[in-house]
Amino acid sequence: MANQAATDPSAPEPSAPGKRGELVYRQSIWTRITHWVWVVCLFFLLLSGLQIFNAHPALYVGQESGFEYSNAILTMQAGMLDGERAGITTVFGRQYNTTGVFGLSDQHGRLTARGFPSWLTIPSVRDLSTGRVVHLAFAWVLVATLLVWLAASISNRHLWRDIVPKGRDFINFGDDVSKHLRLKFEHKREYNVLQRFSYAAVLIILLPVMIATGLAMSPGMDAAAPWLLDVFGGRQTARTIHFLTMVLLVLFFIVHILMIVAAGPINELRSIITGWYRADPESKPAGPAEGGADNE
Amino acid sequence: MSELKLTRRHLLRGAGIAASSLTLAGCDQFDFLTDRDHAARDFLEGANQLTYQIQRLILGRDALAPEFSEAEVRQGQRANGSRNPTSSEYVALRNAGFAAYRLQVTGLVENPQSLSLAQLYNMPSRTQITRHDCVEGWSCIAKWTGVPLRLVLDEARLKPAARYLVFHCYDTLGSANSPYYESCDLIDARHPQTILAHSVNDEPLPVANGAPLRVRIERQLGYKMAKYIHTIEVVDDFTGFHGGHGGYWEDRGYEWYGGI
Repeated sequence: MANQAATDPSAPEPSAPGKRGELVYRQSIWTRITHWVWVVCLFFLLLSGLQIFNAHPALYVGQESGFEYSNAILTMQAGMLDGERAGITTVFGRQYNTTGVFGLSDQHGRLTARGFPSWLTIPSVRDLSTGRVVHLAFAWVLVATLLVWLAASISNRHLWRDIVPKGRDFINFGDDVSKHLRLKFEHKREYNVLQRFSYAAVLIILLPVMIATGLAMSPGMDAAAPWLLDVFGGRQTARTIHFLTMVLLVLFFIVHILMIVAAGPINELRSIITGWYRADPESKPAGPAEGGADNE
Repeated sequence: MSELKLTRRHLLRGAGIAASSLTLAGCDQFDFLTDRDHAARDFLEGANQLTYQIQRLILGRDALAPEFSEAEVRQGQRANGSRNPTSSEYVALRNAGFAAYRLQVTGLVENPQSLSLAQLYNMPSRTQITRHDCVEGWSCIAKWTGVPLRLVLDEARLKPAARYLVFHCYDTLGSANSPYYESCDLIDARHPQTILAHSVNDEPLPVANGAPLRVRIERQLGYKMAKYIHTIEVVDDFTGFHGGHGGYWEDRGYEWYGGI
């Protein structure tokens, strides 16, 4: 299969007019499979997570939720503004009119009090139990996939070689930011500096934090591992961090998609589907021999 | 080049359609998952059994839920679900200060019990300041006092076939006035923090919090901790009760194991 892909002339080359670069083997089978499992997982986890959030659309700091005092940092409620029903989002005490999106929005033709709108939740109507069934099932898939990825990426050195930022990445950080801002992309087998930082942030920080804060919300896990509460500063803080980490993952997703489009979507998609990536002509391809543990 | 542009435009348009259908998907494409008999939902629900087994494995029998200090009790216990049962039986009991209340312990026991509140108050008690976690997402810390459930079970002497406790309650919920009930396994029933609470924050249980008696199962979510209990039935199988899923909310799609 590798040879077929290497000689496949049919894919158009978006980024190198004139002389075409070589195809290099960039993504191992483990990277590709786990990537696409995560796409499915995170889709369901996000939309079912927003459904769960809607059961109590408020975030607090501390061990508990203040009902007779205030430790809320965010609420989404339906209320009255200027004599009309409105969705009111309160962030750090500041109120915003978010009618139609947060707090009050259309649900099958009726203005309904709900945190996130129905087009952002699974299922579309308010249904906490279904949201939990979906969320807690895909949470297992996420954890299992991350463990598979971790084992594979340690053993085929993907984690250390491609993901973990090194000293030179810190030195070249500013340079790479400026290249990205000018939409100048190099196409090499190696990830560029910002890719290393962002992939490391997602895989080594955000996803583990997501899982750990999720577990910190489990009353069973809090008995087994009370230190989870100490690490995150209480169950309700853990819930807030879980939410903020979700926001960061969504931002990553948006930038990730924009970068793929900007850097040449066909080449980028080919590499995460087939593993093969067309490098710029001048770059020295690493060659299939170093490409991954799964090489035939 | 023009061919290339076309390809890109097509790809972008395709991606756009894919992206919008993905977000719209939240709308109703996945609403079939609300159907409790759908095979896909059945499959996803299997995760709860996995969570139950794994948590039982790593929790051990007696790992304690975190307890808090007096200073961390900063508000009254938030009431949820039934707050004021209206059955004539309950109203009569309440109006008489629960003097005629009896907790029945029945089913697979050698020595069925019928305990008055005075008897329960005279049994050894445990006081614990714990966090109540509602399935909705909020938490509330309160100080609970009551009789360790295992003492009551020891008096009743469980038969070897006993596997679960079913808690029958005075309150009903929903438009059909369905009785509230719950169930737990014997590990949670015998857990040191599992108490039949008669007091919260140093006061007798208010009606909104489940007077005269509710169970605390501190390693699970709030809906497992039945209020207004009148009978504890020891069983080998709970599928014969009501909807067959082991609890009022379980019959409505919530997980039987509420440890997560």
